[in-house]
Amino acid sequence: MRERSDVRSRKVNDFGWRSAFSGGKRFPSNRIIAALKRCATQKLFIALPCIVVLAGNSSLGQVTFERLVNSAKEPQNWMTYSGDYSGKRFSGLDQINVANVRTMAAKWVYQTAATGKLETTPLVVDGILYATAQDNRAFALDARTGRPIWMYQRQVPADIRPCCGHVNRGLAILGDKVFLGTLDAHVVALDAKTGAVVWDVAADYHTGYSFTVAPLAVKNLVVIGVSGGEYGVRGFIDAYDADTGERKWRFYTVPGPGEPGHETWEGDSWKVGGAPAWNTGTYDAVTNQIFWPTGNPAPSNRGEGRAGDNLYSNSLLALNADTGKMHWYFQFTKHDEHDWDATQVPVMIDTPSIDAKSAAGSKHLIAQADRNGYFYVLDRTTGKLLSANAYGKTTWSDTKDADGRPVANQNASPTLEGHMVCPGALGTTNFMAPTYDPQTRLFYVTARDQCDIFSTAPQPYEAGHAFYGSAYFPSEEAEPYRGFLKAIDPATGTIKWKFEHTSPTWSGVLSTAGGLVFSGDAEGNFIAFEAASGKPLWHFQMGGAVYAAPMAFAVDGKQYVAIAAGSGVYAFGLP
Amino acid sequence: MFRRWRVGLAAFVFLGVAVYGQNPLKDDPKAAKAGEYEFRINCALCHGLGAHGGGRGPDLTRAVKKHTHSDADMFQVISNGIPGTAMPANGTNGQGVGMTDEEIWQIITYIRSQEVKAPAQAQGNAAHGKELFYGDANCSLCHMVAGKGGRLGPELTGVGGSRTREAIIDSVRNPSRRLAWGLTEATKEFPEEYESVTAVTADGKKITGVTMNEDSFSVQIMDAGEHIHLLEKDKLQSFQKSRESAMPKYDVDVLSDKELEDIVAYLVKVGAK
Repeated sequence: MRERSDVRSRKVNDFGWRSAFSGGKRFPSNRIIAALKRCATQKLFIALPCIVVLAGNSSLGQVTFERLVNSAKEPQNWMTYSGDYSGKRFSGLDQINVANVRTMAAKWVYQTAATGKLETTPLVVDGILYATAQDNRAFALDARTGRPIWMYQRQVPADIRPCCGHVNRGLAILGDKVFLGTLDAHVVALDAKTGAVVWDVAADYHTGYSFTVAPLAVKNLVVIGVSGGEYGVRGFIDAYDADTGERKWRFYTVPGPGEPGHETWEGDSWKVGGAPAWNTGTYDAVTNQIFWPTGNPAPSNRGEGRAGDNLYSNSLLALNADTGKMHWYFQFTKHDEHDWDATQVPVMIDTPSIDAKSAAGSKHLIAQADRNGYFYVLDRTTGKLLSANAYGKTTWSDTKDADGRPVANQNASPTLEGHMVCPGALGTTNFMAPTYDPQTRLFYVTARDQCDIFSTAPQPYEAGHAFYGSAYFPSEEAEPYRGFLKAIDPATGTIKWKFEHTSPTWSGVLSTAGGLVFSGDAEGNFIAFEAASGKPLWHFQMGGAVYAAPMAFAVDGKQYVAIAAGSGVYAFGLP
Repeated sequence: MFRRWRVGLAAFVFLGVAVYGQNPLKDDPKAAKAGEYEFRINCALCHGLGAHGGGRGPDLTRAVKKHTHSDADMFQVISNGIPGTAMPANGTNGQGVGMTDEEIWQIITYIRSQEVKAPAQAQGNAAHGKELFYGDANCSLCHMVAGKGGRLGPELTGVGGSRTREAIIDSVRNPSRRLAWGLTEATKEFPEEYESVTAVTADGKKITGVTMNEDSFSVQIMDAGEHIHLLEKDKLQSFQKSRESAMPKYDVDVLSDKELEDIVAYLVKVGAK
């Protein structure tokens, strides 16, 4: 505890924040203290106005589960990783729109001082922006000005080796706390007003576990999935009591002996089977189901020694939110040998009923643009596959099974001398968040056309060591990699429009009620597109590549669009 | 389990680096085999399968390397990278997960085992190669070596120290093929690779040259006169890119195998410095 507070105060000094607060402390104004004292000394019946007055101060509002379920009613706030439980990453704000976006300008930039890839999606609640940065950083900003309110950093052990950078994709918020997963596999609850640690629970990072995902708060639980598919971990999804940090349930994504699915692993391979769960899932309050996607089986690019489908790797899981019990699963890539984690945000889509007067005919779907290059639409009540269509360059499957699921060709496996397969190891898409716009009824996703040569490189399992079993390279003869923003019609699986970037990007995508789609590029541009046509209407050069997804919020009636790029968080608005 | 491993590693580092600065796995064939797989996962993206050099990384099969001589040098370079080059520090390249000290020594053992098999170096006449480079072969019209020469093509001072003889010869015989060498952005400073471009400005002026950089909205072009043009794409009448290199194809009737060998020898000599 002492160590943590030392880290934090040192960082505040490093950032020169002392000048922002008198003497490095945060003094509430005398007026508010006096008001609080008055309230505290009054009896309940006359205290009521005090409560109302204090509740009227927006920064004191609690984020309840009800608010999260009904997030569409407060589009000024962005309270979950994808903006709502459905995963649409759609903002109901339309102040910035097709007609005026050309005048949009930068409002503030916050420099995190972090190096590497900044993958965070900020949350905004009642005027305060909460976000994360590399190396276990979390911070709160005044969302109007970008001025910091608090910062937290948990010391990063020197011997961690996360596969893909010291990254983090964001926070969850519930009640008066925000929740952070750390690289050394801790789940930390921070006081939303001060950044102070409320509770802290740990998994052992030495065996390769880490957290990079933005957790999802559901009911009174903090749901989080683990990273470590490159280390031969046994993947899991955990749910912690938001108040106490007590673990309420754990779902192992690789079934143990006696559990259904265990037979899909050869011998003891399940023990190091991978199937991490490192991207944020979605939640259907009607059925109380959490939809959470899983990653590659381990070793990631070598199937030898783990014969079978390797459940529940590369799958979408429907779990009961209260118990973690699985209702259904759908596996996108069976027995994966190309590192095609299915860890893309599963987006809930409801199609309108045929008859406007009843719900009959309305479909409750879940759509996922998968890393393996296919766009899948499932019935989210049953997990039944409805369609699977390629949305990028793929060569690994020429046939589909009886369910309509693409099946890997015999010759798609990596070989010692190397074998070219499309998409490459990075996939047609990856962790970058997609968006579904209910106005255009289009699904927008960042896509990449790239083929790789997959070559086996057998490695023995050793706890905490890399466990790939293969390597991949660009082909010397290959075309340059190409990157796109694609608009997919989920009803047909066809590409409605595409915009080709100068090179592939890792940016996520946001859609808004203003008829706009926002995304960033590898060259540092933040771009606003017309959602209907894909025409770029506005852009701003941020000076650093984008690895994050944009979001939108409003404070004092003014809309902002924010995105992380380079080492900074940028907020844009109308002049 | 973990503690035992840590103690083992500490002893390893102590013996391997702190005291002797030598590879504790030197000439161990088992370590070389493990190193081969580690190399594929962590290094081959740039340095190629078999360490023969790739689109960006130098050929490591040469006995004489530009940045490293001893195994200890190599350990330091793999651990910390080479500032100012595309060589990243261990664990920061987005490829592979970062290696343990033991794994780095395995890779060094593997690289040393490959050196033995490396082909003989260029045998041409470097002095004649220099004459050709700055003279009849016209290389220096577009390429600079040690501060002398043109600017339109890549600067070549280091190329002889970082590319295989075969790669240099192929670049001269088939200049356009190299343009198609795709690499992930993690190891690229710029998205362009000397693509040829033709732009027509609003007032009808035609500009041809190579891209210095480009994004979706602007492009920076150098023309044959070494003028830099800073253009906004939406203000152009037309903009076309080609992966046909601006460099002419040097067939054997233009440049004989012997002459090309001499130029390679010159570049290798300069690049070794």
